[in-house]
Amino acid sequence: MRRLILIGLPYLWLLALFLVPFLIVLKISLSDIALSIPPYTPQLDLSEGWAGFRAFLAALDFENFTFLTTDDLYWKAYLSSFQIALLSTLMTLATGFPIAYALARAPREWRPTLLMLVILPFWTSFLIRVYAWMGILNTEGLLNQLLLALGLISEPLTILNTNTAVYIGIVYTYLPFMILPIYAALEKLDDSLLEAAEDLGCSRISAFWLVTVPLSRSGIVAGCFLVFIPALGEFVIPSLLGGSQTLMIGKVLWEEFFSNRDWPVASAVAIILLLILIVPIILFQRNQQKQREAEG
Amino acid sequence: MRRFTWFNATSLTLGFAFLYLPMVILVIYSFNASKLVTVWAGFSTQWYGELIRNEAFLDAAWVTLRVAFFSSTLAAILGTLAAYVLVRANRFPGRTLFSGMIYAPLVMPEVITGLSLLLLFIGIGLDRGILTIVLAHTTFSMCYVSVVVSSRLASFDISLEEAALDLGCSPFEAFRLVTLPIIAPAVISGWLLAFTLSLDDLVIASFAAGPSSTTLPIKIFSAVRLGVSPEINALSTIMIAIVTVGVISASLISKRSAVRQETETRAAERI
Repeated sequence: MRRLILIGLPYLWLLALFLVPFLIVLKISLSDIALSIPPYTPQLDLSEGWAGFRAFLAALDFENFTFLTTDDLYWKAYLSSFQIALLSTLMTLATGFPIAYALARAPREWRPTLLMLVILPFWTSFLIRVYAWMGILNTEGLLNQLLLALGLISEPLTILNTNTAVYIGIVYTYLPFMILPIYAALEKLDDSLLEAAEDLGCSRISAFWLVTVPLSRSGIVAGCFLVFIPALGEFVIPSLLGGSQTLMIGKVLWEEFFSNRDWPVASAVAIILLLILIVPIILFQRNQQKQREAEG
Repeated sequence: MRRFTWFNATSLTLGFAFLYLPMVILVIYSFNASKLVTVWAGFSTQWYGELIRNEAFLDAAWVTLRVAFFSSTLAAILGTLAAYVLVRANRFPGRTLFSGMIYAPLVMPEVITGLSLLLLFIGIGLDRGILTIVLAHTTFSMCYVSVVVSSRLASFDISLEEAALDLGCSPFEAFRLVTLPIIAPAVISGWLLAFTLSLDDLVIASFAAGPSSTTLPIKIFSAVRLGVSPEINALSTIMIAIVTVGVISASLISKRSAVRQETETRAAERI
């Protein structure tokens, strides 16, 4: 009995507030938009019993999904989200790896402090960290003032409200997610392996590529997925730093729902986004599993 | 003894400059006398004064704190239960579904979580307000809590619990007297994580909130969309200060307790 409550409480909570809502999204994605409250049709009418349920099922169709393939706004948004997420993941890796590497090779007594400095921004509001860049990247912003003062440019650059600003925003806010798993992998690396490689005639650079990088692979893969998966559905960064030509699917979904009030299409957009995410999520889980098995 | 090489020192300096300069600039410009955020016109604390007199922000902050407190407390309880089930109950019907539902919200895009919860609330006719935000935040943050707590539960020696049962404890007493004190640090850090996630969340709260229950992130977002404002800089500075003090003191406390644990273990080994 007690066991039943123990399992039942979190189980029912997640069923009611995670699984059921998701099934509702699936259902509405198969419905049609209508001028009613709530704004879609058909509504499930249980008063007519079984016949009502059958009529309800018959009225569901894949029209919204067909619509998504015909209007090029949507597939362009998926494609450009994918491109932005992929490129910014690679940029975060390029920025994060040297920092993680330096952290792992720092004197032991320094490491807790340095690590805390990496984690601290993670606890600070995401919104504020994105906002901080708005004042810097502005046409009259500090970056332009600095570049003009140095004489590197003669006219202020337009960076805010472009894709460049979105890349900067993603790299900046997700950097700790890249650094921490790579640091965890590099920290375990045995120095004697590097010494052995050098004794056997490797240069330091080839020892890095032949020993350090392969042994930190699981950390690199984990970090990349931790950046890529949330970046794909990102909403805050493209809407604050991006411009009108920045197409990202999280923003499209938001506007479809709040501005156009087209719930069926918004739901269909969500379902496709989830289908796209399933592959990276499974790959990520497999990587984590392998890592756990390797650790014992 | 390792020392910094010039390469590592450079990448750390550049890395931390990148991480911290934007926030430092934000803090500096919150003390700017000018309304224009990009022109420095002397030191002033007037924006803090305006912030304190701005009732809309104060109301939103109060809503946010209440939501964060209730949702993180609920999430800590449900998440600990879920972690206990995940680690200890090996066989029950639907276990795979259960662990799937624990991990899925961690990787689910926020827009989808928000959309699906809103459609549920409308479907069952629940008025949107503080209650719906608490329900929404509890759902995703309990999954974070259960991940934190289950890693602690998995590493702890189950024979301690068995010993308590052998010595006549009921399963509930064994949980309360043995298990809970051992996993307490993980539950507390799970609670803190849930609290911060709730304070920070914009997307899910925007879907779940009604017109009468604006949270601070929603308020900030709608202000910031129109451009940079010194008042928001002042608000951000206060939030950054709170987080910094919180994180540093938490790390000092955990460091001290680690030291104490080590001395106690050493003393016990001597006996």
